[in-house]
Amino acid sequence: MATTSTPARSITRARLASVLQGQGALVALALLVLFGALRYDNFLSSYNVTSFLANNAKFGLIALGMTFVIMTGGIDLSVGAVAALASVVAAMVSEYGLVVGIAVPVLVGAVIGLVNGSLVAWGRLQPFIVTLAMLLAARGLALTVAGNQSVAVDFESGFTALGTTTLLTLAAPIWIFAVAYLLGVLVLGRTPFSRHVLAIGDNEETARLMGLRVERVKLGVYALSGALAGMAGVLLAAQYGAGQPAEGVGWELTAIAAVVVGGTLLTGGLGSVVGTLWGVLLLGLIFNVLNFENGRGVISLSPYWQSIVLGGFLLVVVLLQNRLAARQT
Amino acid sequence: MIATGPLLQMEGISKAFPGVRALEGASLTVGRGEVHAVMGQNGAGKSTLIKILTGAYRRDAGTVTLDGRPVDFHSPQQAQAGGVSTIYQEVNLVGFRSVAENIFLGREPRRWGLIDRRRMHAEARRLLERLGVEVDVSRPLGAINVALQQMVAIARAISFESRLVVMDEPTSSLDEAEVATLFGVIRQLKADGVSVIFVSHRLDEVYAICDRVTIMRDGRTVDDRALTDVSRLELVARMLGKDLAEVRRSGATGFADATHHTERRLLEARGLRGAGRTLEHADVAVRAGEIVGLAGLLGSGRTELARAIFGADPVEAGELEVDGRPVRFGSPADAIRAGIGLAPEDRKTEGIVPEMSVRENLTLALLPAISRYGVVDRRRQQEVVDRFIRRLDIKTTGPDQKIRELSGGNQQKVLLARWLCLDPRLLLLDEPTRGIDVGAKGEIQALINELADSGLGVLMISSELEELVEGSDRVVVLRDGRTVAELPHAAITEDAIMSAMAEGPATGAGERDGG
Amino acid sequence: MARASETAAVGDLGRGRARPRDVRDLGQTYGAAAALALLVLYNAVFTDRFLTTDSIYVNLTQVAPIVIVALGMTLVIATGGIDLSVGSLMAIAGALAPLIFLSDVPFGVAIAFVVPVLVTGAFGLFNGVLITRFGFQPIIATLVLFIAGRGIAQVLTNGELQPFRNPAFQYIGLGRVLGIPFQVLLMLAIFAIVAWTVRTTRFGRQILAIGGNEAAARLAGVPVNRVKLAVYGISGLLAGVAGLIVIAINSSSDANQVGLNLELAAIAAVAVGGTPLTGGRATVVGTLIGALILQLLRFTLLSHGVPDAVALVVQAGIIIAAVFLQRQRQT
Repeated sequence: MATTSTPARSITRARLASVLQGQGALVALALLVLFGALRYDNFLSSYNVTSFLANNAKFGLIALGMTFVIMTGGIDLSVGAVAALASVVAAMVSEYGLVVGIAVPVLVGAVIGLVNGSLVAWGRLQPFIVTLAMLLAARGLALTVAGNQSVAVDFESGFTALGTTTLLTLAAPIWIFAVAYLLGVLVLGRTPFSRHVLAIGDNEETARLMGLRVERVKLGVYALSGALAGMAGVLLAAQYGAGQPAEGVGWELTAIAAVVVGGTLLTGGLGSVVGTLWGVLLLGLIFNVLNFENGRGVISLSPYWQSIVLGGFLLVVVLLQNRLAARQT
Repeated sequence: MIATGPLLQMEGISKAFPGVRALEGASLTVGRGEVHAVMGQNGAGKSTLIKILTGAYRRDAGTVTLDGRPVDFHSPQQAQAGGVSTIYQEVNLVGFRSVAENIFLGREPRRWGLIDRRRMHAEARRLLERLGVEVDVSRPLGAINVALQQMVAIARAISFESRLVVMDEPTSSLDEAEVATLFGVIRQLKADGVSVIFVSHRLDEVYAICDRVTIMRDGRTVDDRALTDVSRLELVARMLGKDLAEVRRSGATGFADATHHTERRLLEARGLRGAGRTLEHADVAVRAGEIVGLAGLLGSGRTELARAIFGADPVEAGELEVDGRPVRFGSPADAIRAGIGLAPEDRKTEGIVPEMSVRENLTLALLPAISRYGVVDRRRQQEVVDRFIRRLDIKTTGPDQKIRELSGGNQQKVLLARWLCLDPRLLLLDEPTRGIDVGAKGEIQALINELADSGLGVLMISSELEELVEGSDRVVVLRDGRTVAELPHAAITEDAIMSAMAEGPATGAGERDGG
Repeated sequence: MARASETAAVGDLGRGRARPRDVRDLGQTYGAAAALALLVLYNAVFTDRFLTTDSIYVNLTQVAPIVIVALGMTLVIATGGIDLSVGSLMAIAGALAPLIFLSDVPFGVAIAFVVPVLVTGAFGLFNGVLITRFGFQPIIATLVLFIAGRGIAQVLTNGELQPFRNPAFQYIGLGRVLGIPFQVLLMLAIFAIVAWTVRTTRFGRQILAIGGNEAAARLAGVPVNRVKLAVYGISGLLAGVAGLIVIAINSSSDANQVGLNLELAAIAAVAVGGTPLTGGRATVVGTLIGALILQLLRFTLLSHGVPDAVALVVQAGIIIAAVFLQRQRQT
């Protein structure tokens, strides 16, 4: 309930916390990069950097869509399952070439997003439950369509070029990743749409009284989130060479973690696309660093430690951010 | 085209909600460039009538003519486009967004589809200048004070080129100086030929700024008069549907003019300072059987003082004594155990638990006392609830009714009962009658009076001078978080309180910027 | 939201309105109950051998862990929170128990019941501490253990399947009392306790008051932090119990699988049962019914040859339909 009757103090505090969170994620990211660069030989090698970015592109796309959804005060739990479904769809239509192979899955994702959005906006249902149900439905659809197994893509049609083509030494997924975030920053900073998104997350009833088309904006963010999840599915299929109906479990929660670490308020109204980018890279880099650490062979951490470290890291980052914000005010 | 006749004419408006007829043939006529008051008790149908005008509700019957043409707004957007803008009681803008964005939200000036920020800021500045307001338009709205926020809301309203601006209790969160600024703006609007509908409970303001008044009662329009032709007493009588003589006899508030004196000090706070900057150095004492009024402008630290005493906010410095023993409450639960209760200013966000029943709301603080081994004794609970519904005459269909379905006055009675059933020694009442209709208001004031007579200590925060003057045995005045004056019973007058709030001898007033 | 206008509207409406609220509330519960009855009826007629004790017990034993977790979740959600960590906590309890009774500690079996549940209860308290002391939002606070918890379970067991045969321990999943599976009785007992708590105790009312209006509850002297800690602690305890049941049934513990996605199943059961995610209300009976509906639905589809993947889609539809119907009744 961020009404304007909130004391100025708490508004300033929330803004500060958000900025600190975004900045904090950037600082942590820089420190981790520095640590890696000093400790491991090939850490900053072009191979490691490009494969890291290419692998994280799909998480980046999902987190970008999630950022806008969360800025309206909503949440989208369906994105991981939608990405899996989209990867299956992409594999199935891959024989018709790259354009169809991208367009159809993205469209499927967008349509699912529209269904989520309609139920949230016009059905007045809680986003958590709607997208939880959609998670089950999309997963069920993916498994059904794929017959419970991965679906190979057509390697002749040019679809796989998406995973292999490089432009100016950077793989296509990295370009997609970069362009998506550039557009995201532009949309957040300069378009009326993003102002309406933030106003709705700030106080929905007020936004309605101010004449904003609340339903349409909500529909828009869920469709955007679905489409980006669809695109993540396309990348998944292109990179693995197969549609993966069982992939993407828990991606939605990692995306939420990245968004929150990046300084977007989970309650809506305030957010940062750049912060989400730092969040995504930060969470991804933890795995990367752990892999390098294992590669050194001094201590060997089982892969199971990764999730403990990730959980612990999330804890520490949010804890520090809360403390910092509290001390500053 | 020469415009003649009234700007707005609403005739025979009816509206029913499940189980209740909110309006039955109500009417409202507003002339061009006229400031028109709409008055009535809560439940009289004012809000419903306004919401039908602004498109938030659909009417069941009746006609609305604006500028001679029949209109039928389906949404606030349509009403805005049709020249009717609304400013709500609590500023309805978004706190995280900047002042300029708030003014232009939904119609941002664009270039190539992107927001033209420079033009947006320039136009926002121009609009605010017209209202005589100077503020950095790039600041987040939530970081400026409520009065300025109100001005931003008005700037937004007039930026739609409105011919009719509806103000629904716009002054409820403003202090006197801010009200004066608002009135300046209203006069400016009037001079520009814009009509204003002014909904308010406050007689002073209505008489100060309005030309005509429409009085409503029980869903009907009972009178439409020029304010110069109607006396205050008559106005109140029409609202209540009472005889003029009867109102005259019972006075304007429910307080009896009696002093309740004992010497036993219940509470003594010295030099209390809170965590923020709103409460700096406050002194207040309450004796048993005494009503102490706590006066001050908005932001003077009144609410913060009550919360600090109650353990709801941390106390950084100062002494607090109850019954002569030094105490410090770590949480409201501690204060409650010491026999103190706090009825908060904002009933809806801090008082009621809306989805729970009257019974559960009433006994929420009593739970530890009526449970054994953690199990609630339903019979004792029921006894208590029945007793207080009767004693305070709470209008409810029964203890199982959800409290949110009650009127504001009855909700407040339940909240008072929440404390009274604990048999407390001291009550901290923050604006106990705000937003409550005239009838229930008197009942609550009488109740406070009766409680003090029976030996309870009361610290009563109020923005209504009338209430402070008629109700208090003593008045303590705060300014900028400091106690600046204490008026004994004989010295309590509206003038004395006002001058203390405005310019009383502050201890160290010079070192503060007085915001 | 729109506080001012709403108050006014309520003021307008509130006068003398007698709302058959109890009937409406009952209708909500009965709606879900009716759906359950229909499912049972359908199966009685169209599914072979449905009304045999075997088939009834199969359904009840399968649903027991979900119900147990969902009961804790109901309390958490009633305070306006959520607990995403329950599935991972089940895995931790499931990983710990065999480590204990397979070692040669004295009274291994008894300790294997107690310690894992206490550990998950402590993790639940940890969630509560993050939320009450450090101001984490419940979703983020419990996300930490959602991510890390399964890792802890995997590290404890090295990610390997731990098969075992220990009749004394497995009584919790395989034992029968008077022919009734023990875990069904356990589920009913926990259900009765939680339902009783919400209905009759101070704690129950305080939970609802916090979910309904936390600021008001605090000002009325409700020990908000303590109640929230307790609720997350209980949720952790119950997740531990559910984890033990699951490994006892399977005669093995697989940290990768135990409790996977159970947080979602539990939240779905709570929602279908009619407890709103916004807090302030709790229908414990509804949660039981909601879990049974989802279970029976899946059973029905599977026994009529519908693949599990399609059953997921139908479940999704049921969840949406249920919350949609509840929403309509509320307005």
